[in-house]
Amino acid sequence: MDLALRDLGDYIEATLPDAVIDVAIVREELIIETKRDTIVRLLAFLRDDVNCQFKQLMDVCGVDYPGREERFDVVYNLLSLSHNRRIRVKVKTSEANPVPTVTGLFNSANWWERETWDLFGIYFLDHPDPRRILSDYGFEGHALRKDFPLTGYVEVRYDDEQKRVVYEPVELQQEFRSFDFQSPWEGIQAQLPGDEKAEEQERT
Amino acid sequence: MGIERVPQNELIVPPDAATQDALWDGVTGELQDKGFVIGQLDKLVNWARAGSLWPMTFGLACCAIEMMHSYVSRYDLDRFGVVPRPSPRQSDVIIVAGTLTNKMAPAFRRVYDQMSEPRYVISMGSCANGGGYYHYSYSVVRGCDRVVPVDVYVPGCPPTAEALVYGILQLQRKIHRTGTLWR
Repeated sequence: MDLALRDLGDYIEATLPDAVIDVAIVREELIIETKRDTIVRLLAFLRDDVNCQFKQLMDVCGVDYPGREERFDVVYNLLSLSHNRRIRVKVKTSEANPVPTVTGLFNSANWWERETWDLFGIYFLDHPDPRRILSDYGFEGHALRKDFPLTGYVEVRYDDEQKRVVYEPVELQQEFRSFDFQSPWEGIQAQLPGDEKAEEQERT
Repeated sequence: MGIERVPQNELIVPPDAATQDALWDGVTGELQDKGFVIGQLDKLVNWARAGSLWPMTFGLACCAIEMMHSYVSRYDLDRFGVVPRPSPRQSDVIIVAGTLTNKMAPAFRRVYDQMSEPRYVISMGSCANGGGYYHYSYSVVRGCDRVVPVDVYVPGCPPTAEALVYGILQLQRKIHRTGTLWR
């Protein structure tokens, strides 16, 4: 499987050398990094090429890395039913730089991109319907950004005088408390306690 | 005498056979003798209201699954006269089953406003009671009592079907001890 993925990655890189920045295989999953101006061409190739046939766009989502120059990643997950294979394509971007929409290639991208816009504030160029999709009507901010406070800025209450639901600045009776359940003696270990016994048993 | 014997304050279980017979004999006797019976109107009205609590179907999250369980055969809310209605105009009680989000709050209030008096609210589950797991979320109302007045809070995450049935019985008790016709 790994070898086949490696071959596929090499093939894509060889065919579109200017569109592919990096090919990586992480945990047996093929990840291709590309640029904003080549994303449409790359996805079109992945969809139509006989060796790729990634005809389904399963998901478009964002990732926020606040420390980075271009802080966002847009991640496209594709599925090829005919080859029983998945691929992940990543693009770096920032608040100021829009990503071209892939709605023309995959209809499913429409709502995925609206969701990414809603929650991360990543703008998609030429999107047919660039509205929010999940957040409240008139919601301000983008909720999944790392600098967005957990509790947000507004809360709702029914006002008996105005006879409607009104928005007010958040007032918490008790601040959010972050509990650290990690034991100071052990910490988090890659190997869970008890796993070493199972490995010993396997060896014998 | 007579209709006074309809379920009183905390009486949900039907009275035993002998008492019922005595009641019926009393009522028939009165009717045959005078042609009418005298009872207390508020108790009759309370009995009628508690006996047909039609809830508005308002499932918002996983609590709705437990709400469905209490409607169907095992717990069968139908035997308490609780029949889910698809329209707020036909309902007496709204069971807020699940997480009430900011986006849903105006719609929820509108549904509540469309219900006719007397109307009751059962808040079902942690999220509806006080935000619960999502108390610190940017998008969830911290308790549906911020939007509508609540009669009965059913705790749990989600509450079992039994707990909801118990909540409805509590609401019936509350209605039974109401002294006025208008709330």
